[in-house]
Amino acid sequence: MKDAFGLPQSLLVLGGTSEIALATARRLIARRTRTVWLAGRPSPALEEAAGQLRGLGADVHTVAFDALDPASHEAVLGKVFAEGDVDMVLLAFGLLGDQARDEREPEAAVRVAQTNYTGAVSAGLVCARSLQSQGHGSLVVMSSVAGERARRANFIYGSSKAGLDAFAQGLGDALHGTGVHVMIVRPGFVRTRMTAGLPEAPLATTPEAVATAVELGLRRRTETVWVPGTLRVVMAALRHLPRAVFRRLPV
Amino acid sequence: MSADTDSDPDVMGLDHTTVTGWGRTAPTAARLIRPRSYEEAAAAVRDCGARGGIPRGLGRAYGDAAQNAGGSVLDMTALDRVHAIDADGGTVLCDAGVSLHRLMEVLLPLGWFVPVTPGTRYVTVGGAIGADIHGKNHHVSGSFARHVLALELLTADGEIRTVIPGTPLFDATAGGMGLTGVILTATIRLQPVETSLMSVDTERATDLDDLMARLAATDHRYRYSVAWIDLLARGAATGRAVLTRGDHAPLDALPARLRRDPLAFRTPRLPATPEILPEGLLSRTTVGLFNELWYRKAPRARTGRLQRISPFFHPLDGVPHWNRVYGRGGFVQYQFVVGYGREDALRRIVRRISERRCPSFLAVLKRFGESDPGWLSFPVPGWTLALDIPAGLPGLGAFLDELDEEIAAAGGRVYLAKDARLRPELLAAMYPRLDDFRELRARLDPRGVFVSDLARRLSL
Repeated sequence: MKDAFGLPQSLLVLGGTSEIALATARRLIARRTRTVWLAGRPSPALEEAAGQLRGLGADVHTVAFDALDPASHEAVLGKVFAEGDVDMVLLAFGLLGDQARDEREPEAAVRVAQTNYTGAVSAGLVCARSLQSQGHGSLVVMSSVAGERARRANFIYGSSKAGLDAFAQGLGDALHGTGVHVMIVRPGFVRTRMTAGLPEAPLATTPEAVATAVELGLRRRTETVWVPGTLRVVMAALRHLPRAVFRRLPV
Repeated sequence: MSADTDSDPDVMGLDHTTVTGWGRTAPTAARLIRPRSYEEAAAAVRDCGARGGIPRGLGRAYGDAAQNAGGSVLDMTALDRVHAIDADGGTVLCDAGVSLHRLMEVLLPLGWFVPVTPGTRYVTVGGAIGADIHGKNHHVSGSFARHVLALELLTADGEIRTVIPGTPLFDATAGGMGLTGVILTATIRLQPVETSLMSVDTERATDLDDLMARLAATDHRYRYSVAWIDLLARGAATGRAVLTRGDHAPLDALPARLRRDPLAFRTPRLPATPEILPEGLLSRTTVGLFNELWYRKAPRARTGRLQRISPFFHPLDGVPHWNRVYGRGGFVQYQFVVGYGREDALRRIVRRISERRCPSFLAVLKRFGESDPGWLSFPVPGWTLALDIPAGLPGLGAFLDELDEEIAAAGGRVYLAKDARLRPELLAAMYPRLDDFRELRARLDPRGVFVSDLARRLSL
């Protein structure tokens, strides 16, 4: 169960090797979390992540999960929920892709879209249903500022996050009053493996800062969290820029 | 999510309601059932489904004790009959859903008072036993269950058992947080009174040591005793307090005007607190100002002042929904006890809370007397401190965890009826009879019919 500060005792991470997810898991283990399920494609990296969290004192299990195989989601995630209540699901898998290549190879672009959007729709609905029958829990969805307005530089990734973000908003409304809390996290540029080698955007942040914001959002039962918080204002302005102007911005 | 809920009973539909405790933290959804007869209660227990059920009274437990996420919550307040009063012997037999307020209305004109009342009259008899509540008279009278002569318990097998003191089932049920079954009725021994007025002595203590010395030296002279501490006061004034102590006023202490109707029970109520209040209403500044005023307005020393029941025992009951003052984020109430001889731990904790500058309204300190046999019953002989803190205060969770460690190390414990955040690992150290409780529950309720969010969170 969550405590008075919204902190979960059990956590299911979808995208178990995500640096943001692992930073969040570490932070939550330092508070109340004792059981962690790391779901992802079986790999040495997934096992290593599990080992690190075990070292912090949590009881960690790995689950073979593939965002690109929605048909398996019900069975795979159902098993986790059958083991006991899941107080928080962190939906953190996603691909950034390579914009230039993805524009040339539509199949690669589709893989980004299927992972980030289709896979999340399927896994999100499966988890939402289980959380709803539990009558409690948080579904924390990793969106991105890239979904707030499509940019020339990464509109394939951005459009998939826009779809995910809209899906999560609607899901949050659908689950309102069921005891389940859906929280959308919109980080800006986060310094991780995923963004290594990319030119850093203004207001860049770290996985640890995202983890801190998630913990605060859980306590306040917030619906949308921006990391850093100033992005809320920045994006509110950018969203309303005329396209002719927006397209010329060096972002 | 809503279109197919009707066809699938596992998915929660419109009959589910979000439920929280009085502190308004950690809401979860459950099916609320309000049985109007013992048969309906038994049917509700039989049909409460895979996620079980938990009885609920008037929802004054601060934490998650009367919540059951995804399962059933049995609202017992419709079972509220007073069956029999023995006006000579001083006992009452009533349903568990009867409130202490109702009992006072019925009993006071007959010259009887409830044996134990907490800081609110709006708790049910069932809740009073389930949390084994205590009052300002614990050092004299013990906790509520000490005055229960018998109770009827609807257990997981659908049977109704008569449970009497001195049996394991009674000791598991008194303070058992509703997890042994649904209390249907109770027979309670009452306290005789000549009037409905209290004779009250008030004095001020300048700091914590002064307060503890005054309480320790003179508590035994009063049936009711409590101290309100200003935890925002610092330095030399740390722990400054107002002591309020008294007893039921005898008839001959009343002026002629009041002697005409000495047992009248009047309970003034103000309008309810609005649903939505601005966040941050309770800042260090506002609460500090309030505490300063409260301390200053108390007389340095006054004896024999006549006061009605309501302002003496239940000052906050006059403001319906006062819990909304803490805003959307809610609040946690923290109550712990440390035994006599561990005053050092109490001093350290009070100092830490003062230094931390938690915007806490006057906190309550009192002394407990002998403990009662309930396995999860809270009171043990010692000092108990209770305070409210807004849940949104940054770093509060980690701070209270540190206090828990200190309290457990001093052999103390926190009160489950108020808890919403204890680390489960500390529970066994705080409640040594926990294993007996778990074992009895496993035997009595092998399918785990009775379960609450509190029980899930702490693995009760």
